[in-house]
Amino acid sequence: MKQFALLLERLAFTPRRLGKIRHLVDYFAATPDPTRGLALAALTGDLDLRRVSPSLLRGLVGERVDPELFRLSYDFVGDLAETIALIWDGPEQGADPPLPVVIKTLRETPKTDLPRLISGQLDELGPSERYAFLKLATGGMRVGVSARMARMAVAEYGDLDVTGIEEVWHGLEPPFTELFAWAEGRPRPEAAAHAPFRPVMLSTATDFEALESLDPALFAAEWKWDGIRVQATNDRGIRRLYSRTGEEISNAFPDIIEALNFEGTIDGELLVRRDDRVAPFGDLQKRLGRKTVSAKMRASHPAALRAYDLLVHGSEDLRQLPFERRRKALENLVREIDEPRIDISTLLPFATWEDLAALRADPPDAVVEGVMIKRLDSPYLAGRMKGPWFKWKRDPMLIDAVLLYAQRGHGKRSGYYSDFTFGVWDGDQLVPVGKAYFGFTDAELRELDRFVRNNTTDRFGPVRAVAPAKVVEVAFEGLNRSTRHKSGVAMRFPRISRIRDDKPAAEADTLSNLREFLPKE
Amino acid sequence: MDSAADILTNTPEGLYCPAGGFHIDPVRPVPKALITHGHADHARAGHGAVLATAQTLDIMAIRYGEDFTGSRQIADGATTVGDTRVTFHPAGHVLGSAQIAVEQGGRRAVVSGDYSRVPSPACAPYEPVPCEIFVTEATFGLPVFRHPDPMKEISKLLVSVQSFPERCHLVGVYALGKAQRVIMLLRLAGWDGPIYIHGALARLCEYHVSQGVALGDLRAATVERGGKADFAGAIILGPPSAFASTWAQRFPDPVICFASGWMQVRARARQRGVELPLIISDHVDWPDLTRTIAELDPEETWVTHGREDAVIRWCEMNGRAARPLRLVGYEDEVES
Repeated sequence: MKQFALLLERLAFTPRRLGKIRHLVDYFAATPDPTRGLALAALTGDLDLRRVSPSLLRGLVGERVDPELFRLSYDFVGDLAETIALIWDGPEQGADPPLPVVIKTLRETPKTDLPRLISGQLDELGPSERYAFLKLATGGMRVGVSARMARMAVAEYGDLDVTGIEEVWHGLEPPFTELFAWAEGRPRPEAAAHAPFRPVMLSTATDFEALESLDPALFAAEWKWDGIRVQATNDRGIRRLYSRTGEEISNAFPDIIEALNFEGTIDGELLVRRDDRVAPFGDLQKRLGRKTVSAKMRASHPAALRAYDLLVHGSEDLRQLPFERRRKALENLVREIDEPRIDISTLLPFATWEDLAALRADPPDAVVEGVMIKRLDSPYLAGRMKGPWFKWKRDPMLIDAVLLYAQRGHGKRSGYYSDFTFGVWDGDQLVPVGKAYFGFTDAELRELDRFVRNNTTDRFGPVRAVAPAKVVEVAFEGLNRSTRHKSGVAMRFPRISRIRDDKPAAEADTLSNLREFLPKE
Repeated sequence: MDSAADILTNTPEGLYCPAGGFHIDPVRPVPKALITHGHADHARAGHGAVLATAQTLDIMAIRYGEDFTGSRQIADGATTVGDTRVTFHPAGHVLGSAQIAVEQGGRRAVVSGDYSRVPSPACAPYEPVPCEIFVTEATFGLPVFRHPDPMKEISKLLVSVQSFPERCHLVGVYALGKAQRVIMLLRLAGWDGPIYIHGALARLCEYHVSQGVALGDLRAATVERGGKADFAGAIILGPPSAFASTWAQRFPDPVICFASGWMQVRARARQRGVELPLIISDHVDWPDLTRTIAELDPEETWVTHGREDAVIRWCEMNGRAARPLRLVGYEDEVES
């Protein structure tokens, strides 16, 4: 339990992804089975524990601590589990029960005995372990580690490919003993589950110049839709929808699951589509991350699948076949199943790259991000390799905005102001419209950092407000309406593409300029 | 005078002793000031006369220049000031820090200033002084604050230095007290190598050495000699404000550490971008604060800056007379 508590502490305070992965790798290396697998499950959300409610915890602490003192403390600390861990009059150097025992007890204790169990544990554990214990009991570690990052750490630990882990993940269960055995050189576990996830094939970016050296006759092209890349599978009646990293998202899209009336695995784009109109990404976002979806939401935001590829048909694995042949099979399948929610991504007619450039410049729909270019003879391969598939994105949208706030970065950017909030004019006011922390070169970062230091007008903790004098060109991939932002718009992937020292702040763009990038209603 | 409560009164300048005609730790210039310790929110420049320990006077001169006051007097043994008898007693907070005991008509009030009951290898330990009125700080006056053993915290730092040999460790410390406490803890833990310090710490570190606090091999954290790689594996101390400055840009992928009692609260640590929080405090935590009140058993407890409400509530629950002073001008977030 002490090592697990220490791991949580390190993960919570390590700002960067690589640092977190390193802490996880060290932990996996130093910790035996089944402890490490249970810790992994706690981080990936695969530990199926009954959640202890905040009110139960408040009741327990109320028996030990004066309510007024607790209230003052909770106000100050701001997190219930942390307040209780700190205020509980337990030992400074506490017990170190094995994590599997703690989890087993939490799992097996009947509900009525939970309060006594929790008090008993808190009485024995030291402060850091009390915190870890309460986080386990209440669910939700909140240490900034996604399930995917945890799997990447396993991959790093065993020098494995993360896509390989994703392929078998859904057949594995805590404490993941076979997974760690594989990471330590023993055989790969069988993909035991029905309807497993299959690692996704990804593309690399390209441009006109690079395409010119290729023969267009060897390639097919289709629109690149701005939805979510998914894998929809039906394996002998088991239906699942996966994100491209292998997270199962079936619960959020029952309408898609119902439509999977075929045997096989389709690679496609998940969209919100009303009749023939594809809705902007923001509409799809409203459907994401839900445990359940109301009938009202299903009706107002109907999900659809636009099929790109066919990986498995019936019991036949098609992945080694060339794209051309998979495509034929996909066309037949989509026609046969005849589901209004599933359509096929159309192939674009082109003879030269100029033809394709013209199509790309004028897509039929605002929800198109660019074009995908796929070699007709390419097998379906896991991961991102250069050659068989390319994405040729639409040129980014650009605006000139004024720097408003800056915040310091971490790690290699320690001491540099590297996170920028920028705004555009709305009448004679500048309204913030986005944040960007990349896109600039190191030299530009130094210039921006110097500007922030020399033009600070106000400070709010780690944030500095700056004089509205620096214009930056911001590139972004799309614009959505947003009720959460004061400006009413939210940018996708904004980054600072260059510094516009040639432009005075008064000539930066306006909110109405920016709104022109909104998808048409 | 028939009540101990008349020894001191609360004024906009700070605590005032009418019978002695002096203020204690006043926040504005006054004719006569008694100063508990050298932190900037307690020791300000511009008073007519200052009475403090020799070390506090030295520290004020280092910080503000020799002309920080009209006249100065070293507190050495009992001193008569007006109709009062004044004595200074170690507070265990920083070098030179003292509690000020004011006696009048056979009754005594003790103004603790900031104090700590965890002995620091960089200053004299706290000494309990029986009194009728005890004036206590409440910086960490909430039951969530229970500072761990500082040696355990220092070992966290040393383990991290070992784990990340290619990075440097940049430890945020305040120039007076915390810097030297951390250096001495490192020495006690067996770190004999050089410790690099930001220029803002240099004079006060030198002063500690002159007062017999053996800080060991201290070097200036500058890169004139070589490149960033010179600092791989190094421990570097600097004021937290410097981490936001260009000074921090010279180090190789620093692990940002901060030695402060506030580091007990995760949100506080994360807010400051701290990767390795070190809970090292020079103030009393909740158990020590409440234990001190219980041990001294004063007739009345007055609570100054910090989380007064919780301390007052505790006194109430334990049947002790207490009142908040609500003094303005003491910086709760700074030198803690």
